[in-house]
Amino acid sequence: MLGFVTLLQKELLRFWKVMLQTVAAPILTALLYLLIFSHVLEEHVQVYPGVSYTAFLMPGLIMMSVLQNAFANASSSLIQSKITGNIVFVLLPPLSYGEFFLAYLLASMARGLMVGLGVGLVGLVFTDLPLAHPVWMLAFALTASAVFSCIGILAGIWADKFDHLAGIQNFLIVPLTFLSGVFYSIHSLPTFWQTISHWNPVFYMIDGFRHGFFGQSDVSPWLGLAVMLPLVLILSALTLLLLRSGYKLRH
Amino acid sequence: MAAAIRARGLEKRYRTVHALRGVDLEVEQGEFFALLGPNGAGKTTFISILAGLVRATAGRAEVMGHDVVTDYREARRRLGVVPQELVFDPFFTVRETLRIQSGYYGLRRNDAWIDELLHHLGLTGKADTNMRRLSGGMKRRVLVAQALVHRPPVIVLDEPTAGVDVELRQSLWAFIRQLNREGHTILLTTHYLEEAETLCERVAMLKDGHIVALDRTEHLLGADSERRLELRLSPARLPEALKGRLIDCDDDRFCLALPDYGELEAMLAALRLEGIQVEELNVTQADLEDVFLRVMRQP
Ligand SMILES: Nc1ncnc2c1ncn2[C@@H]1O[C@H](COP(=O)(O)OP(=O)(O)OP(=O)(O)O)[C@@H](O)[C@H]1O
Ligand SMILES: [Mg+2]
Repeated sequence: MLGFVTLLQKELLRFWKVMLQTVAAPILTALLYLLIFSHVLEEHVQVYPGVSYTAFLMPGLIMMSVLQNAFANASSSLIQSKITGNIVFVLLPPLSYGEFFLAYLLASMARGLMVGLGVGLVGLVFTDLPLAHPVWMLAFALTASAVFSCIGILAGIWADKFDHLAGIQNFLIVPLTFLSGVFYSIHSLPTFWQTISHWNPVFYMIDGFRHGFFGQSDVSPWLGLAVMLPLVLILSALTLLLLRSGYKLRH
Repeated sequence: MAAAIRARGLEKRYRTVHALRGVDLEVEQGEFFALLGPNGAGKTTFISILAGLVRATAGRAEVMGHDVVTDYREARRRLGVVPQELVFDPFFTVRETLRIQSGYYGLRRNDAWIDELLHHLGLTGKADTNMRRLSGGMKRRVLVAQALVHRPPVIVLDEPTAGVDVELRQSLWAFIRQLNREGHTILLTTHYLEEAETLCERVAMLKDGHIVALDRTEHLLGADSERRLELRLSPARLPEALKGRLIDCDDDRFCLALPDYGELEAMLAALRLEGIQVEELNVTQADLEDVFLRVMRQP
Protein backbone atom coordinates (compact mmCIF):
# COMPACT_ATOMS: atom_id res chain seq x y z
CA MET A 1 0.00 0.00 0.00
CA LEU A 2 2.76 2.45 0.93
CA GLY A 3 4.53 1.48 -2.27
CA PHE A 4 1.51 2.59 -4.26
CA VAL A 5 1.14 5.83 -2.28
CA THR A 6 4.81 6.62 -2.82
CA LEU A 7 4.62 6.02 -6.56
CA LEU A 8 1.52 8.18 -6.75
CA GLN A 9 3.22 10.96 -4.78
CA LYS A 10 6.28 10.71 -6.98
CA GLU A 11 4.18 10.98 -10.13
CA LEU A 12 2.31 13.96 -8.71
CA LEU A 13 5.53 15.69 -7.68
CA ARG A 14 6.99 15.02 -11.09
CA PHE A 15 4.53 17.31 -12.83
CA TRP A 16 3.99 19.64 -9.91
CA LYS A 17 7.69 20.54 -9.81
CA VAL A 18 7.44 21.78 -13.38
CA MET A 19 3.89 23.12 -13.20
CA LEU A 20 4.70 26.07 -15.40
CA GLN A 21 4.93 23.67 -18.34
CA THR A 22 2.51 21.03 -17.16
CA VAL A 23 -0.33 23.10 -15.70
CA ALA A 24 0.07 26.80 -16.45
CA ALA A 25 0.98 26.44 -20.13
CA PRO A 26 -2.05 24.32 -21.10
CA ILE A 27 -4.34 26.71 -19.23
CA LEU A 28 -2.92 29.58 -21.25
CA THR A 29 -3.43 27.63 -24.49
CA ALA A 30 -7.07 26.95 -23.68
CA LEU A 31 -7.53 30.58 -22.76
CA LEU A 32 -6.24 31.66 -26.17
CA TYR A 33 -8.74 29.36 -27.88
CA LEU A 34 -11.48 30.83 -25.74
CA LEU A 35 -10.56 34.43 -26.54
CA ILE A 36 -10.13 33.91 -30.26
CA PHE A 37 -13.11 31.65 -30.95
CA SER A 38 -15.50 33.54 -28.77
CA HIS A 39 -14.37 36.83 -30.28
CA VAL A 40 -14.95 35.55 -33.81
CA LEU A 41 -18.11 33.55 -33.27
CA GLU A 42 -19.91 35.10 -30.30
CA GLU A 43 -22.17 37.21 -32.53
CA HIS A 44 -22.87 34.48 -35.07
CA VAL A 45 -23.47 31.23 -33.26
CA GLN A 46 -25.98 30.24 -30.70
CA VAL A 47 -26.22 26.52 -30.06
CA TYR A 48 -28.59 26.25 -27.11
CA PRO A 49 -31.25 28.82 -26.38
CA GLY A 50 -30.18 31.23 -23.67
CA VAL A 51 -26.54 30.06 -23.72
CA SER A 52 -23.92 32.40 -25.15
CA TYR A 53 -21.33 30.90 -27.49
CA THR A 54 -18.54 31.69 -25.06
CA ALA A 55 -20.34 29.80 -22.30
CA PHE A 56 -21.11 26.95 -24.72
CA LEU A 57 -17.46 26.73 -25.64
CA MET A 58 -16.19 26.55 -22.07
CA PRO A 59 -17.06 22.93 -21.17
CA GLY A 60 -15.61 21.72 -24.47
CA LEU A 61 -12.37 23.58 -23.88
CA ILE A 62 -12.17 22.35 -20.29
CA MET A 63 -12.74 18.78 -21.40
CA MET A 64 -10.22 19.08 -24.21
CA SER A 65 -7.61 20.30 -21.73
CA VAL A 66 -8.45 17.49 -19.31
CA LEU A 67 -8.06 14.85 -22.00
CA GLN A 68 -4.87 16.16 -23.53
CA ASN A 69 -3.15 16.59 -20.18
CA ALA A 70 -4.25 13.27 -18.76
CA PHE A 71 -2.80 11.66 -21.87
CA ALA A 72 0.37 13.73 -21.79
CA ASN A 73 1.14 13.03 -18.14
CA ALA A 74 1.32 9.25 -18.15
CA SER A 75 2.75 8.96 -21.63
CA SER A 76 5.55 11.47 -21.16
CA SER A 77 6.43 10.24 -17.68
CA LEU A 78 6.76 6.66 -18.93
CA ILE A 79 8.67 7.47 -22.09
CA GLN A 80 11.07 9.72 -20.17
CA SER A 81 11.72 7.00 -17.63
CA LYS A 82 12.23 4.45 -20.36
CA ILE A 83 14.60 6.60 -22.37
CA THR A 84 16.67 7.75 -19.39
CA GLY A 85 16.56 4.24 -17.93
CA ASN A 86 15.30 5.32 -14.52
CA ILE A 87 12.21 3.17 -15.06
CA VAL A 88 14.26 0.48 -13.27
CA PHE A 89 13.63 2.30 -10.01
CA VAL A 90 9.95 1.38 -10.23
CA LEU A 91 10.53 -2.02 -11.85
CA LEU A 92 12.89 -3.30 -9.16
CA PRO A 93 10.68 -2.82 -6.07
CA PRO A 94 7.90 -5.23 -5.14
CA LEU A 95 5.10 -3.08 -6.59
CA SER A 96 2.21 -5.08 -7.99
CA TYR A 97 0.83 -4.44 -11.47
CA GLY A 98 -2.31 -3.02 -9.95
CA GLU A 99 -0.39 -0.56 -7.78
CA PHE A 100 1.70 0.50 -10.74
CA PHE A 101 -1.38 1.02 -12.89
CA LEU A 102 -3.38 2.91 -10.27
CA ALA A 103 -0.53 5.25 -9.40
CA TYR A 104 0.04 6.32 -13.00
CA LEU A 105 -3.70 6.46 -13.64
CA LEU A 106 -4.53 8.67 -10.66
CA ALA A 107 -1.58 11.00 -11.16
CA SER A 108 -2.54 11.54 -14.79
CA MET A 109 -6.18 12.08 -13.91
CA ALA A 110 -5.07 14.56 -11.27
CA ARG A 111 -3.07 16.58 -13.77
CA GLY A 112 -5.88 16.51 -16.32
CA LEU A 113 -8.48 17.59 -13.78
CA MET A 114 -6.21 20.23 -12.32
CA VAL A 115 -5.68 21.83 -15.72
CA GLY A 116 -9.41 21.53 -16.41
CA LEU A 117 -10.24 23.25 -13.16
CA GLY A 118 -7.74 25.98 -13.96
CA VAL A 119 -9.27 26.57 -17.40
CA GLY A 120 -12.72 26.68 -15.82
CA LEU A 121 -11.74 29.19 -13.15
CA VAL A 122 -9.92 31.49 -15.55
CA GLY A 123 -12.83 31.16 -17.98
CA LEU A 124 -15.21 32.50 -15.35
CA VAL A 125 -13.53 35.84 -15.77
CA PHE A 126 -14.92 35.99 -19.29
CA THR A 127 -18.31 34.40 -19.02
CA ASP A 128 -20.86 33.11 -16.57
CA LEU A 129 -21.19 29.37 -16.43
CA PRO A 130 -24.20 27.65 -14.87
CA LEU A 131 -23.74 24.29 -13.18
CA ALA A 132 -27.02 22.47 -13.69
CA HIS A 133 -25.99 18.94 -12.72
CA PRO A 134 -22.68 18.83 -10.84
CA VAL A 135 -22.89 15.04 -10.55
CA TRP A 136 -23.05 14.57 -14.33
CA MET A 137 -20.26 17.06 -14.72
CA LEU A 138 -18.07 15.11 -12.29
CA ALA A 139 -19.03 11.72 -13.69
CA PHE A 140 -17.86 12.71 -17.17
CA ALA A 141 -14.77 14.52 -15.92
CA LEU A 142 -13.67 11.43 -14.01
CA THR A 143 -14.46 8.78 -16.60
CA ALA A 144 -13.08 10.82 -19.50
CA SER A 145 -9.83 11.61 -17.70
CA ALA A 146 -9.52 7.94 -16.75
CA VAL A 147 -9.92 6.88 -20.38
CA PHE A 148 -7.22 9.23 -21.60
CA SER A 149 -4.91 8.38 -18.71
CA CYS A 150 -5.19 4.74 -19.76
CA ILE A 151 -4.46 5.65 -23.35
CA GLY A 152 -1.49 7.65 -22.07
CA ILE A 153 -0.16 4.67 -20.10
CA LEU A 154 -0.63 2.35 -23.06
CA ALA A 155 1.09 4.80 -25.38
CA GLY A 156 3.93 5.33 -22.91
CA ILE A 157 4.50 1.60 -22.64
CA TRP A 158 4.34 1.07 -26.38
CA ALA A 159 6.38 4.05 -27.61
CA ASP A 160 10.15 3.79 -27.98
CA LYS A 161 10.75 7.47 -28.59
CA PHE A 162 9.05 10.84 -28.30
CA ASP A 163 8.22 10.77 -32.03
CA HIS A 164 5.90 7.84 -31.47
CA LEU A 165 4.00 9.82 -28.84
CA ALA A 166 3.85 12.86 -31.08
CA GLY A 167 2.35 10.56 -33.73
CA ILE A 168 -0.40 9.40 -31.42
CA GLN A 169 -0.99 12.95 -30.28
CA ASN A 170 -1.26 14.31 -33.81
CA PHE A 171 -3.08 11.48 -35.54
CA LEU A 172 -5.37 10.24 -32.78
CA ILE A 173 -5.83 12.59 -29.85
CA VAL A 174 -6.08 15.92 -31.68
CA PRO A 175 -8.44 14.70 -34.46
CA LEU A 176 -10.65 12.90 -31.96
CA THR A 177 -10.97 15.96 -29.76
CA PHE A 178 -11.38 18.50 -32.55
CA LEU A 179 -14.00 16.39 -34.33
CA SER A 180 -16.03 15.81 -31.21
CA GLY A 181 -17.95 19.03 -30.86
CA VAL A 182 -15.62 21.11 -28.72
CA PHE A 183 -16.36 24.14 -30.86
CA TYR A 184 -19.82 23.30 -32.16
CA SER A 185 -22.87 21.13 -31.66
CA ILE A 186 -22.86 18.11 -33.93
CA HIS A 187 -26.46 18.95 -34.82
CA SER A 188 -25.01 21.70 -36.98
CA LEU A 189 -23.19 19.06 -39.06
CA PRO A 190 -24.44 17.23 -42.17
CA THR A 191 -26.09 13.89 -41.28
CA PHE A 192 -23.14 11.87 -42.55
CA TRP A 193 -20.73 13.62 -40.17
CA GLN A 194 -23.23 13.36 -37.34
CA THR A 195 -23.22 9.59 -37.77
CA ILE A 196 -19.43 9.53 -37.82
CA SER A 197 -19.30 11.64 -34.67
CA HIS A 198 -21.43 9.11 -32.84
CA TRP A 199 -18.55 6.65 -33.20
CA ASN A 200 -16.16 9.09 -31.55
CA PRO A 201 -16.00 8.42 -27.80
CA VAL A 202 -14.77 11.95 -27.18
CA PHE A 203 -18.10 13.24 -28.46
CA TYR A 204 -19.87 11.55 -25.52
CA MET A 205 -17.32 12.92 -23.06
CA ILE A 206 -17.85 16.50 -24.15
CA ASP A 207 -21.57 16.20 -24.69
CA GLY A 208 -22.13 14.62 -21.28
CA PHE A 209 -19.82 17.09 -19.58
CA ARG A 210 -21.71 19.95 -21.20
CA HIS A 211 -24.96 18.47 -19.95
CA GLY A 212 -23.55 18.85 -16.44
CA PHE A 213 -23.36 22.61 -16.96
CA PHE A 214 -26.38 23.46 -19.08
CA GLY A 215 -28.75 20.56 -18.53
CA GLN A 216 -28.95 20.36 -22.34
CA SER A 217 -27.03 18.12 -24.67
CA ASP A 218 -27.08 16.45 -28.07
CA VAL A 219 -27.68 12.98 -26.65
CA SER A 220 -28.81 11.72 -23.28
CA PRO A 221 -26.06 11.68 -20.62
CA TRP A 222 -27.18 8.16 -19.76
CA LEU A 223 -26.19 7.05 -23.22
CA GLY A 224 -22.88 8.83 -22.70
CA LEU A 225 -22.33 7.03 -19.43
CA ALA A 226 -23.19 3.74 -21.09
CA VAL A 227 -20.37 4.41 -23.52
CA MET A 228 -17.89 5.68 -20.93
CA LEU A 229 -18.08 3.02 -18.25
CA PRO A 230 -17.34 0.02 -20.50
CA LEU A 231 -14.60 2.06 -22.14
CA VAL A 232 -12.92 2.72 -18.79
CA LEU A 233 -13.20 -0.94 -17.85
CA ILE A 234 -11.92 -2.30 -21.14
CA LEU A 235 -8.95 0.07 -21.30
CA SER A 236 -8.06 -0.59 -17.64
CA ALA A 237 -8.17 -4.32 -18.20
CA LEU A 238 -6.07 -3.97 -21.33
CA THR A 239 -3.48 -1.86 -19.52
CA LEU A 240 -3.30 -4.29 -16.61
CA LEU A 241 -2.85 -7.23 -18.96
CA LEU A 242 -0.09 -5.44 -20.79
CA LEU A 243 1.65 -4.55 -17.53
CA ARG A 244 1.36 -8.12 -16.36
CA SER A 245 2.81 -9.47 -19.56
CA GLY A 246 5.82 -7.21 -19.09
CA TYR A 247 5.38 -5.95 -22.66
CA LYS A 248 8.21 -3.52 -23.55
CA LEU A 249 9.00 -2.97 -19.87
CA ARG A 250 10.42 -6.32 -18.83
CA HIS A 251 12.28 -7.74 -21.80
CA MET B 1 18.24 -23.07 4.40
CA ALA B 2 17.31 -21.73 0.97
CA ALA B 3 20.13 -20.62 -1.30
CA ALA B 4 20.48 -16.84 -1.62
CA ILE B 5 20.42 -17.21 -5.38
CA ARG B 6 19.53 -20.30 -7.33
CA ALA B 7 19.37 -20.59 -11.11
CA ARG B 8 18.38 -23.74 -12.96
CA GLY B 9 18.81 -24.12 -16.70
CA LEU B 10 18.50 -20.41 -17.23
CA GLU B 11 18.30 -19.42 -20.88
CA LYS B 12 17.76 -16.13 -22.57
CA ARG B 13 17.37 -15.43 -26.24
CA TYR B 14 17.08 -11.92 -27.51
CA ARG B 15 15.93 -11.69 -31.11
CA THR B 16 19.23 -12.69 -32.65
CA VAL B 17 21.44 -13.23 -29.62
CA HIS B 18 21.56 -16.29 -27.38
CA ALA B 19 22.71 -14.44 -24.26
CA LEU B 20 22.38 -17.26 -21.72
CA ARG B 21 22.63 -20.90 -22.72
CA GLY B 22 21.58 -22.90 -19.70
CA VAL B 23 23.09 -21.44 -16.57
CA ASP B 24 23.01 -23.42 -13.31
CA LEU B 25 24.27 -21.52 -10.33
CA GLU B 26 23.78 -21.53 -6.62
CA VAL B 27 25.03 -18.86 -4.26
CA GLU B 28 24.74 -19.69 -0.57
CA GLN B 29 23.56 -17.22 2.05
CA GLY B 30 26.42 -15.13 3.39
CA GLU B 31 28.72 -15.68 0.43
CA PHE B 32 30.76 -12.99 -1.29
CA PHE B 33 30.52 -14.17 -4.87
CA ALA B 34 31.99 -12.87 -8.13
CA LEU B 35 30.41 -13.33 -11.54
CA LEU B 36 33.08 -12.61 -14.10
CA GLY B 37 33.19 -12.64 -17.87
CA PRO B 38 34.12 -10.55 -20.88
CA ASN B 39 31.83 -7.92 -22.40
CA GLY B 40 28.67 -9.52 -23.69
CA ALA B 41 29.12 -12.74 -21.73
CA GLY B 42 25.66 -12.47 -20.20
CA LYS B 43 26.36 -11.15 -16.69
CA THR B 44 23.90 -8.29 -16.82
CA THR B 45 21.31 -10.51 -18.45
CA PHE B 46 21.65 -12.99 -15.59
CA ILE B 47 21.26 -10.24 -13.00
CA SER B 48 18.33 -8.71 -14.86
CA ILE B 49 16.50 -12.03 -14.78
CA LEU B 50 17.03 -12.23 -11.01
CA ALA B 51 15.66 -8.70 -10.68
CA GLY B 52 12.68 -9.35 -12.94
CA LEU B 53 13.82 -6.75 -15.48
CA VAL B 54 14.20 -9.47 -18.08
CA ARG B 55 12.12 -12.62 -18.49
CA ALA B 56 14.05 -15.84 -18.99
CA THR B 57 13.31 -17.80 -22.17
CA ALA B 58 13.67 -21.05 -20.23
CA GLY B 59 14.67 -22.21 -16.78
CA ARG B 60 13.93 -20.62 -13.45
CA ALA B 61 15.57 -18.47 -10.83
CA GLU B 62 14.98 -17.96 -7.12
CA VAL B 63 16.07 -15.38 -4.59
CA MET B 64 16.09 -16.73 -1.01
CA GLY B 65 13.79 -19.51 -2.15
CA HIS B 66 11.28 -17.23 -3.88
CA ASP B 67 10.72 -17.69 -7.60
CA VAL B 68 11.45 -14.43 -9.38
CA VAL B 69 8.41 -14.76 -11.64
CA THR B 70 5.66 -16.52 -9.70
CA ASP B 71 6.62 -15.08 -6.32
CA TYR B 72 8.10 -11.83 -7.59
CA ARG B 73 7.08 -9.59 -4.73
CA GLU B 74 8.81 -11.70 -2.08
CA ALA B 75 11.85 -12.18 -4.32
CA ARG B 76 12.18 -8.46 -5.02
CA ARG B 77 11.83 -7.52 -1.36
CA ARG B 78 14.95 -9.57 -0.67
CA LEU B 79 17.04 -8.28 -3.53
CA GLY B 80 18.96 -5.03 -3.95
CA VAL B 81 20.44 -4.36 -7.37
CA VAL B 82 22.95 -1.72 -8.37
CA PRO B 83 22.40 -1.48 -12.13
CA GLN B 84 25.32 -1.21 -14.50
CA GLU B 85 23.90 1.77 -16.38
CA LEU B 86 24.23 5.14 -14.71
CA VAL B 87 20.58 6.11 -14.32
CA PHE B 88 18.91 8.76 -12.20
CA ASP B 89 15.71 10.74 -11.92
CA PRO B 90 16.51 14.40 -12.65
CA PHE B 91 13.43 15.65 -10.83
CA PHE B 92 14.71 14.89 -7.35
CA THR B 93 17.49 15.51 -4.84
CA VAL B 94 19.60 12.72 -3.39
CA ARG B 95 17.55 12.52 -0.21
CA GLU B 96 14.24 12.66 -2.06
CA THR B 97 15.44 9.88 -4.34
CA LEU B 98 16.30 7.67 -1.37
CA ARG B 99 13.06 8.47 0.48
CA ILE B 100 11.01 7.63 -2.59
CA GLN B 101 12.91 4.40 -3.11
CA SER B 102 12.29 3.49 0.56
CA GLY B 103 8.60 4.14 0.05
CA TYR B 104 8.45 1.74 -2.89
CA TYR B 105 9.60 -0.96 -0.49
CA GLY B 106 6.98 0.02 2.05
CA LEU B 107 9.37 1.79 4.43
CA ARG B 108 8.00 5.01 5.83
CA ARG B 109 10.52 6.42 8.30
CA ASN B 110 13.87 5.33 6.98
CA ASP B 111 15.94 8.46 7.53
CA ALA B 112 18.29 7.00 10.14
CA TRP B 113 19.35 4.30 7.69
CA ILE B 114 19.41 6.76 4.78
CA ASP B 115 21.77 8.98 6.78
CA GLU B 116 23.99 6.01 7.49
CA LEU B 117 24.07 5.09 3.81
CA LEU B 118 24.89 8.68 2.87
CA HIS B 119 27.70 8.67 5.41
CA HIS B 120 29.25 5.40 4.26
CA LEU B 121 29.06 6.46 0.62
CA GLY B 122 30.49 9.92 1.21
CA LEU B 123 27.28 11.64 0.17
CA THR B 124 26.32 13.43 3.37
CA GLY B 125 27.25 16.83 1.92
CA LYS B 126 25.21 16.14 -1.22
CA ALA B 127 21.97 15.07 0.43
CA ASP B 128 20.03 18.08 -0.78
CA THR B 129 21.67 18.41 -4.17
CA ASN B 130 19.61 17.68 -7.25
CA MET B 131 20.62 14.44 -8.97
CA ARG B 132 21.32 16.36 -12.18
CA ARG B 133 24.09 18.31 -10.50
CA LEU B 134 26.08 15.30 -9.28
CA SER B 135 29.22 14.06 -11.00
CA GLY B 136 29.17 10.60 -12.62
CA GLY B 137 30.88 8.91 -9.68
CA MET B 138 28.48 10.57 -7.25
CA LYS B 139 25.51 9.33 -9.22
CA ARG B 140 26.98 5.84 -9.05
CA ARG B 141 27.16 6.17 -5.26
CA VAL B 142 23.50 7.13 -5.12
CA LEU B 143 22.68 4.03 -7.16
CA VAL B 144 24.44 1.95 -4.53
CA ALA B 145 22.50 3.68 -1.77
CA GLN B 146 19.23 3.14 -3.63
CA ALA B 147 19.90 -0.57 -3.86
CA LEU B 148 20.42 -0.73 -0.10
CA VAL B 149 17.51 1.36 1.26
CA HIS B 150 15.53 -1.73 2.19
CA ARG B 151 18.50 -3.62 3.68
CA PRO B 152 18.12 -6.52 1.26
CA PRO B 153 19.63 -9.84 2.35
CA VAL B 154 20.91 -10.35 -1.19
CA ILE B 155 22.88 -7.52 -2.76
CA VAL B 156 23.83 -7.60 -6.44
CA LEU B 157 26.36 -5.11 -7.74
CA ASP B 158 26.78 -4.87 -11.52
CA GLU B 159 30.13 -3.15 -11.99
CA PRO B 160 29.68 -0.78 -9.07
CA THR B 161 33.19 0.65 -9.26
CA ALA B 162 33.19 1.69 -12.92
CA GLY B 163 34.11 5.38 -12.90
CA VAL B 164 34.48 5.62 -9.14
CA ASP B 165 37.59 7.18 -7.58
CA VAL B 166 40.10 5.23 -5.50
CA GLU B 167 39.00 6.62 -2.18
CA LEU B 168 35.37 5.73 -2.64
CA ARG B 169 36.25 2.36 -4.11
CA GLN B 170 38.00 1.54 -0.87
CA SER B 171 35.31 2.91 1.41
CA LEU B 172 32.63 1.25 -0.73
CA TRP B 173 34.31 -2.13 -0.41
CA ALA B 174 34.85 -1.65 3.32
CA PHE B 175 31.11 -0.98 3.63
CA ILE B 176 30.08 -3.90 1.44
CA ARG B 177 32.44 -6.16 3.41
CA GLN B 178 30.83 -5.00 6.63
CA LEU B 179 27.39 -5.81 5.21
CA ASN B 180 28.72 -9.21 4.17
CA ARG B 181 30.02 -9.84 7.68
CA GLU B 182 26.58 -8.93 9.01
CA GLY B 183 25.17 -11.73 6.89
CA HIS B 184 24.23 -10.11 3.58
CA THR B 185 24.97 -12.17 0.50
CA ILE B 186 26.93 -10.29 -2.15
CA LEU B 187 27.02 -11.01 -5.87
CA LEU B 188 29.45 -8.83 -7.75
CA THR B 189 30.41 -8.36 -11.37
CA THR B 190 33.49 -6.38 -12.21
CA HIS B 191 36.18 -6.09 -14.83
CA TYR B 192 38.75 -5.21 -12.13
CA LEU B 193 39.78 -8.76 -11.36
CA GLU B 194 41.99 -7.88 -8.43
CA GLU B 195 38.85 -6.60 -6.69
CA ALA B 196 37.17 -9.94 -7.19
CA GLU B 197 40.30 -11.76 -6.10
CA THR B 198 40.65 -9.95 -2.80
CA LEU B 199 36.95 -9.75 -1.97
CA CYS B 200 35.25 -12.88 -3.20
CA GLU B 201 35.30 -16.35 -1.77
CA ARG B 202 33.92 -17.94 -4.89
CA VAL B 203 34.05 -17.07 -8.54
CA ALA B 204 31.99 -18.05 -11.55
CA MET B 205 33.22 -17.23 -15.02
CA LEU B 206 30.74 -16.74 -17.78
CA LYS B 207 31.57 -16.93 -21.49
CA ASP B 208 29.03 -16.72 -24.31
CA GLY B 209 26.23 -17.54 -21.91
CA HIS B 210 27.93 -20.61 -20.43
CA ILE B 211 29.53 -20.98 -17.03
CA VAL B 212 33.06 -22.10 -17.90
CA ALA B 213 34.59 -22.01 -14.43
CA LEU B 214 33.09 -22.14 -10.96
CA ASP B 215 35.18 -22.66 -7.88
CA ARG B 216 36.56 -21.19 -4.72
CA THR B 217 38.93 -18.34 -5.50
CA GLU B 218 41.96 -20.04 -3.95
CA HIS B 219 41.33 -23.23 -5.94
CA LEU B 220 41.13 -21.25 -9.13
CA LEU B 221 44.40 -19.55 -8.30
CA GLY B 222 45.84 -23.05 -8.05
CA ALA B 223 47.87 -22.54 -4.88
CA ASP B 224 51.61 -22.92 -5.58
CA SER B 225 51.76 -24.54 -8.96
CA GLU B 226 51.59 -21.22 -10.71
CA ARG B 227 54.35 -19.42 -8.85
CA ARG B 228 56.97 -17.90 -11.14
CA LEU B 229 60.46 -16.47 -10.92
CA GLU B 230 61.14 -13.55 -13.22
CA LEU B 231 64.80 -12.72 -13.86
CA ARG B 232 66.76 -10.14 -15.82
CA LEU B 233 70.17 -11.58 -16.52
CA SER B 234 73.54 -10.32 -17.75
CA PRO B 235 74.69 -11.82 -19.96
CA ALA B 236 71.21 -12.69 -21.18
CA ARG B 237 71.62 -16.42 -21.26
CA LEU B 238 70.13 -19.28 -19.29
CA PRO B 239 72.23 -22.17 -17.93
CA GLU B 240 71.40 -25.60 -19.41
CA ALA B 241 70.30 -26.82 -15.97
CA LEU B 242 67.46 -24.26 -15.80
CA LYS B 243 66.15 -24.56 -19.35
CA GLY B 244 63.61 -27.15 -18.32
CA ARG B 245 61.87 -24.57 -16.16
CA LEU B 246 61.57 -21.89 -18.78
CA ILE B 247 58.01 -20.71 -19.31
CA ASP B 248 58.53 -17.53 -21.23
CA CYS B 249 61.30 -15.15 -22.22
CA ASP B 250 61.96 -11.96 -24.12
CA ASP B 251 65.38 -10.33 -24.66
CA ASP B 252 67.13 -10.40 -21.31
CA ARG B 253 64.09 -11.40 -19.27
CA PHE B 254 63.36 -14.96 -18.32
CA CYS B 255 60.33 -16.39 -16.61
CA LEU B 256 60.82 -19.69 -14.81
CA ALA B 257 58.49 -21.99 -12.91
CA LEU B 258 59.07 -21.94 -9.16
CA PRO B 259 56.82 -24.57 -7.59
CA ASP B 260 58.72 -24.45 -4.29
CA TYR B 261 60.65 -21.61 -2.61
CA GLY B 262 63.17 -24.24 -1.46
CA GLU B 263 64.49 -24.51 -5.01
CA LEU B 264 65.35 -20.85 -5.30
CA GLU B 265 68.79 -21.21 -3.73
CA ALA B 266 69.82 -24.02 -6.11
CA MET B 267 68.65 -21.99 -9.10
CA LEU B 268 70.67 -18.96 -8.09
CA ALA B 269 73.70 -21.20 -7.52
CA ALA B 270 73.39 -22.53 -11.06
CA LEU B 271 73.52 -18.96 -12.36
CA ARG B 272 76.49 -18.06 -10.20
CA LEU B 273 78.36 -21.13 -11.43
CA GLU B 274 78.22 -19.82 -14.99
CA GLY B 275 79.08 -16.26 -13.98
CA ILE B 276 75.67 -14.90 -14.91
CA GLN B 277 74.60 -11.89 -12.91
CA VAL B 278 71.08 -11.35 -11.69
CA GLU B 279 70.10 -7.73 -12.41
CA GLU B 280 66.50 -7.98 -11.37
CA LEU B 281 64.45 -10.63 -9.59
CA ASN B 282 60.73 -10.99 -9.03
CA VAL B 283 58.63 -13.77 -7.63
CA THR B 284 55.08 -13.63 -8.97
CA GLN B 285 52.04 -15.70 -8.31
CA ALA B 286 49.37 -16.26 -10.93
CA ASP B 287 46.56 -13.87 -10.22
CA LEU B 288 42.92 -14.07 -11.14
CA GLU B 289 43.64 -12.13 -14.30
CA ASP B 290 45.99 -14.88 -15.54
CA VAL B 291 43.46 -17.55 -14.64
CA PHE B 292 40.70 -15.57 -16.32
CA LEU B 293 42.66 -15.15 -19.54
CA ARG B 294 43.59 -18.83 -19.56
CA VAL B 295 39.99 -19.91 -19.03
CA MET B 296 38.70 -17.54 -21.70
CA ARG B 297 41.28 -18.73 -24.22
CA GLN B 298 40.16 -22.33 -23.91
CA PRO B 299 37.93 -23.25 -26.84
N1 LIG C 1 17.98 -5.77 -24.78
C1 LIG C 1 18.78 -6.53 -25.54
N2 LIG C 1 18.43 -6.82 -26.80
C2 LIG C 1 19.21 -7.60 -27.58
N3 LIG C 1 20.37 -8.13 -27.18
C3 LIG C 1 20.79 -7.87 -25.93
C4 LIG C 1 20.01 -7.06 -25.05
N4 LIG C 1 20.66 -6.98 -23.87
C5 LIG C 1 21.80 -7.70 -24.02
N5 LIG C 1 21.87 -8.24 -25.25
C6 LIG C 1 22.95 -9.11 -25.76
O1 LIG C 1 23.09 -10.18 -24.88
C7 LIG C 1 24.46 -10.49 -24.71
C8 LIG C 1 24.80 -10.46 -23.23
O2 LIG C 1 24.74 -9.11 -22.78
P1 LIG C 1 24.99 -8.71 -21.27
O3 LIG C 1 24.63 -7.27 -21.13
O4 LIG C 1 24.30 -9.66 -20.39
O5 LIG C 1 26.56 -8.89 -21.16
P2 LIG C 1 27.51 -8.54 -19.93
O6 LIG C 1 28.20 -9.80 -19.55
O7 LIG C 1 26.80 -7.83 -18.86
O8 LIG C 1 28.56 -7.57 -20.64
P3 LIG C 1 29.34 -6.28 -20.04
O9 LIG C 1 30.54 -6.78 -19.35
O10 LIG C 1 29.70 -5.53 -21.29
O11 LIG C 1 28.42 -5.53 -19.17
C9 LIG C 1 25.23 -9.52 -25.55
O12 LIG C 1 25.56 -10.16 -26.76
C10 LIG C 1 24.27 -8.41 -25.79
O13 LIG C 1 24.51 -7.81 -27.03
MG1 LIG D 1 26.92 -6.02 -18.04
